[in-house]
Amino acid sequence: MRLRTFKKGIHPPGNKERTASLPIEVLPLPQQVVLPLGQHLGAPSEPVVSVGVQVLTGQKIAEAKGMVSVPLHASISGRVVAIEPRPHACGQLTPAIVIENDGNERISSELVSNHNLDELSAEQIKDLIKQAGLVGMGGAAFPTHVKYSPPPGKQIEYVILNGAECEPYLTCDHRLMVERSSDLILGLLAFMKAAKAQKGFIGVEVNKPDAIANLKQAAAGLPIEVLPLQVKYPQGEEKMLIYAATGRVVPVGALPIETGVVVNNVATAAALGEYLRTGLPLVSRIITVTGQGIPNPKNVEVRLGTLIEDVINYCGGFKEPPGRIILGGPMTGPAQYRLDIPVMKGTSGILVQTRAEVEKPDHAPCIRCGRCVDVCPYNLLPNYLGDYAEHDKLGEAEKYGILDCRECGSCTYICPSRRPLIQLIKNAKSKIMASRKKG
Amino acid sequence: MLETEVVVSAPPHIRQGLSTERIMWLVVISLIPAVLSGVIFFGWYVLAIIFSSVLSAILTEVIVLKMMKRPLTIKDGSAVVTGLLLALIIPPTVPLRIPMIGAAFAIALGKQIFGGLGYNPFNPALIGRAFLLASWPSLMTKWVWPVNSLAWAGKNADALTGATALGLLREGTTGIPYLQLFLGNISGSLGETSALALLLGALFLVVYKIIDWRIPVSYLGTVMIMALVMGQDPIFHLLTGGLMLGAFFMATDYVTTPVTPKGRLFFGIGCGLLTMLIRRYGGFPEGVCYSILLMNLATPLLDRWTVPKRFGEVKAVG
Repeated sequence: MRLRTFKKGIHPPGNKERTASLPIEVLPLPQQVVLPLGQHLGAPSEPVVSVGVQVLTGQKIAEAKGMVSVPLHASISGRVVAIEPRPHACGQLTPAIVIENDGNERISSELVSNHNLDELSAEQIKDLIKQAGLVGMGGAAFPTHVKYSPPPGKQIEYVILNGAECEPYLTCDHRLMVERSSDLILGLLAFMKAAKAQKGFIGVEVNKPDAIANLKQAAAGLPIEVLPLQVKYPQGEEKMLIYAATGRVVPVGALPIETGVVVNNVATAAALGEYLRTGLPLVSRIITVTGQGIPNPKNVEVRLGTLIEDVINYCGGFKEPPGRIILGGPMTGPAQYRLDIPVMKGTSGILVQTRAEVEKPDHAPCIRCGRCVDVCPYNLLPNYLGDYAEHDKLGEAEKYGILDCRECGSCTYICPSRRPLIQLIKNAKSKIMASRKKG
Repeated sequence: MLETEVVVSAPPHIRQGLSTERIMWLVVISLIPAVLSGVIFFGWYVLAIIFSSVLSAILTEVIVLKMMKRPLTIKDGSAVVTGLLLALIIPPTVPLRIPMIGAAFAIALGKQIFGGLGYNPFNPALIGRAFLLASWPSLMTKWVWPVNSLAWAGKNADALTGATALGLLREGTTGIPYLQLFLGNISGSLGETSALALLLGALFLVVYKIIDWRIPVSYLGTVMIMALVMGQDPIFHLLTGGLMLGAFFMATDYVTTPVTPKGRLFFGIGCGLLTMLIRRYGGFPEGVCYSILLMNLATPLLDRWTVPKRFGEVKAVG
């Protein structure tokens, strides 16, 4: 049977062997957590505590600001020692709440556990999704409750969970699907009820047979179908996943809701399931620490706000002076220049490359080989987009669809001239968006 | 804290292994069978022609880039490929100054003057050949038949030494066995005669995904259809002249051909049409060189006309 998939794309080496079978380890609580107020798309949360205050694990420490925002919760108990700009994975300092561990973990008494899905209405579930502080844990960190509030006239027919994990190296979602499937299924059922959707799908690449088998078992008898997908990048890209799972094509510039579908990462669903079961909001997540520069790779569950330095040390530190430190997967994760960066809701991994792995940044002119055109899942012409971006021809770039680029990186991966296409495209896109705001 | 320096660059942080340099060297390897066929049919002198052409190409690139004060790019291997290709499409009888001047012209005025690799509008080897043909028409058409290759002509053998198979077709002389045409035991440019050798190289390039099958298939397919329409032998046309070499190694040059799949199909069809029109009605018996150069001109337009439909593109209503 031919596996479901999308057209074009690339096949980078998976490099998941070292961590795919490693059970999740729980990181010991850190001395300090740094919780950025802006670790999601939308308006940063606003603090509701002040410096010096004692907080308990799970306690709300910042409130959502407006509709496209979520609350933030203390991931450890202790004292708020600072609310100030701190290093963030984006490369700059952003406002964050810093909590010092008092060594005596206490869970907040505000928490309500054992929610019964049968007794909750769709509206109530949506509210709980927001109260749990849920955002897209696949990396985009978009406030989840907003996805379940479709514009008038639009119905959600299917909820699709993204278990593709198409980025090389990462195996955190894999282990979650193997070890935390009951929370995952509960979360999916909750999403389906909130969406008033009849059916749920979980898309999983076939390089995770144990996850597929486990989920099929957990979903038995429920209106949930587990879909094995071909191993290809970017299978986990939202629109490609929707196409592979349902055959539906989300129109250019539109959101998945246009095709009656909502997509969420499997970790987001599991976080909702855990919240309904225990009342604990989003205060921790699973990440994969790996790469040739890490001799003891692991899948670890860490409290949000733990600095990557602490996580790397737990895994035995660097093998040798690192070449490049990436937060996330190798195709889309930003490189870091310091280790006092906190793990956030959308962080999926820490990938350390050795110096030998880092290629020199020289690039040559485009030789028009067309490989980028062959792989782009959106059928764009990345070579032209890169050229227009490089020469500031933003009008031409826009005409050729640069704003439709999802920055998956397939074109840049395949380019024999090593052109930094995604970097050029990102720059041009931000210039275009900035001039739109002004005009 | 981090005590050593790290690289902070934009994602993606991994790349597949094929570099421009490696592509060029794979093309050189794929042309080895053709080089061998040239030596077998026309003798060791062929190697001198190839060597002079390649050396001239490299030296010209170095000199021109130094004059233009631009960084040297000979390591990417494209000058070697141009020198080699040019040598393969000229008669095996030319004095060595011909490939040397031709290669220098191809590199300096066919490539570097436009900005180097990636910016040239025309296939540099073909530009070199066109220049040589225009400047030394008699030297560039002094053909020889390999030893013991005229058995098929019987008693007329002596009169045929000056022409190629296509030239003979114009005069109404036919009858060369297909096997001989396929193996390459005929007159022609030193690397273009053996369809077998060229197909071996082309297969290598297709398997390693260096060339897109669309262009050779549409080019050769169009030639065969046109031959039938014109009442001529399609197999004969396929196996003669510079068509095999042109379809697999010249018309597939990345820089001077479209990047879109449809654009490549149209490019091949256009080359096929022009090649046959020139062969039938043009001043020369062979049309491959000029038809590819003319289609190179059309490449930017073909790209613009064949922009693929984006994923999720909705046609504007009304």
